[in-house]
Amino acid sequence: MHTAAGVEACLPIRSDMDLVWVRQHVRQAAARLGFGLVDQTKLITAASELARNTLVHGGGGQMEATRVGGAGAQGLRLAFTDEGPGIADLDLALSDGYTSGGGLGMGLSGARRLVHDFDIDTRPGSGTTVRVTCWVGRPPRPREEA
Amino acid sequence: MNDASSRPVTGHVPVLRLGDVLLVTLQGDLHDSTAQQLQQDLAETISRTGVRGVLIDISGVEIVDSFLGRVLAEIAAQAKLLAARTVVAGMRPAVAITLVELGLTLPGLSTALSTEAGMELLARQAPVTRPGGPRQERP
Repeated sequence: MHTAAGVEACLPIRSDMDLVWVRQHVRQAAARLGFGLVDQTKLITAASELARNTLVHGGGGQMEATRVGGAGAQGLRLAFTDEGPGIADLDLALSDGYTSGGGLGMGLSGARRLVHDFDIDTRPGSGTTVRVTCWVGRPPRPREEA
Repeated sequence: MNDASSRPVTGHVPVLRLGDVLLVTLQGDLHDSTAQQLQQDLAETISRTGVRGVLIDISGVEIVDSFLGRVLAEIAAQAKLLAARTVVAGMRPAVAITLVELGLTLPGLSTALSTEAGMELLARQAPVTRPGGPRQERP
């Protein structure tokens, strides 16, 4: 694993106003790290999807932003944590078009496609943590065929 | 990515009427509730004024996530039911790339590269006559 340079920020996700702050924070952090415009847009969009999941499905929670990597590769890791009901069927939740919340069913599966590393930790009844990382200057990861 | 365009937007988004078209300019970072309010405002304004077109300029919008994408698609769908066409104009290239990767191609949405091109599209495709409705004002 890469060494973490410390948690830069921890933002609450309790209302749709907080979603705006999450997006703004990620935008600023990504710009500071030197992400290009397209990568910034992808990362902010992924953060918006995941923060909305935290709010809508997890009943609120928080996002931790961490700068990762060293001299060679720089990245931004975002961890979204809630103490909600958890995800019973992860494969189903990660499939395109599946929705439990009246959305388009693109949030989780779509966010995964927008980032380089995606990791989810969930158990029914004990909440969900989704960690995503984007690396500066790395090309998008190859598509997985569903 | 300057401060002015990333300012959070709350409350109502102004809806301007230009002849037969409602013009909406989205800018900065929209609250979910503001986007939903706009959806409702547009339905009411279309119904009240009988305009034939809605033009939504999103050139000042830095990200469109699945929520805002769904709101745009629903605005277009409800406008169609109210006999108006919707064109979304000025999408940034990075937003288009991200939306496709997200899996949101929004097939029901008409788009134009600029507000001007959007107005032309609406003018060209508007039906010549439409019976009834509040627009049939006669001298």
